[in-house]
Amino acid sequence: MVLVIAFLIGGILTGYLIRNHRRLIVVASRLTDGAIFLLLFFLGLSVGMNQQVVSSFSSIGLQSFFITLLAVLGSVLVTFLFHHLFFRKR
Amino acid sequence: MKNTLVILLFFAAGLLAGIFSLFPESLSGEQMTLYVLYLLLFLVGIGVGANKDTLKLLRSVNLRIFLIPLSVIIGTFLGTMVYSWFDETLTLRECWAVGSGFGYYSLSSVLIKEIAGESLGVIALLSNIIREIITLLLAPVLSRLFGHFAPISAGGATSMDTTLPIITRSTGTEYAAVSVFSGLVLTLLVPFLVPLIL
Repeated sequence: MVLVIAFLIGGILTGYLIRNHRRLIVVASRLTDGAIFLLLFFLGLSVGMNQQVVSSFSSIGLQSFFITLLAVLGSVLVTFLFHHLFFRKR
Repeated sequence: MKNTLVILLFFAAGLLAGIFSLFPESLSGEQMTLYVLYLLLFLVGIGVGANKDTLKLLRSVNLRIFLIPLSVIIGTFLGTMVYSWFDETLTLRECWAVGSGFGYYSLSSVLIKEIAGESLGVIALLSNIIREIITLLLAPVLSRLFGHFAPISAGGATSMDTTLPIITRSTGTEYAAVSVFSGLVLTLLVPFLVPLIL
């Protein structure tokens, strides 16, 4: 948690320092895409390596999927409502 | 949309590699995820720091910024309540507890396992991983359909780290501050909400 914040702030400071070097910023954004792909690969890997999760995937998987789908849908809709009620005018 | 597909392919490849043990046990997926996450946060930070609109947006949002995590909490509770009407094997409290991980799977699943047992713990783990994956996959679509706060909302607690890059890419780096703030508030609430509900 502390490291998470530290890396983020380190990046922000670096970004601020190089804010006028367009080419470096473009490189950073390309690298970001690559790192996202890598992250997803390792996330899949850690799920796949967890025997307990894999073995119960079919039975508990559907339950987990639908409860999450509704949680996300509910969140997005209420946020959408709040957005229109309190953040309008942009 | 093409990127979403690529992301899904990478996830599927990782999943298969994990299931068929193509990587040595010593190379822990969780550990690697963490390292890549740090790199990613640094890169996202660069995008935020280099963007001249970040401060401007933060100033225009002020105290209303608390409404974003609040709407995520209300929405998650409503959604999981609707789910509990259709699933007789889970009580309303159990559904709410699973939902109040807000995607923070490591902590919420451990907390729930301690309080409510192994099987609800696994549901919490899977469900909150799925929340992160849904957000990673649907962020661009959500942003187009429901506005710039939608992917932040979907991400829940993860909008401060794992889903932050995809959120800023689909909404713009000027939304990073709101995203981190919302995720931080929700992350801090997880250890209080889960035991309170169960």
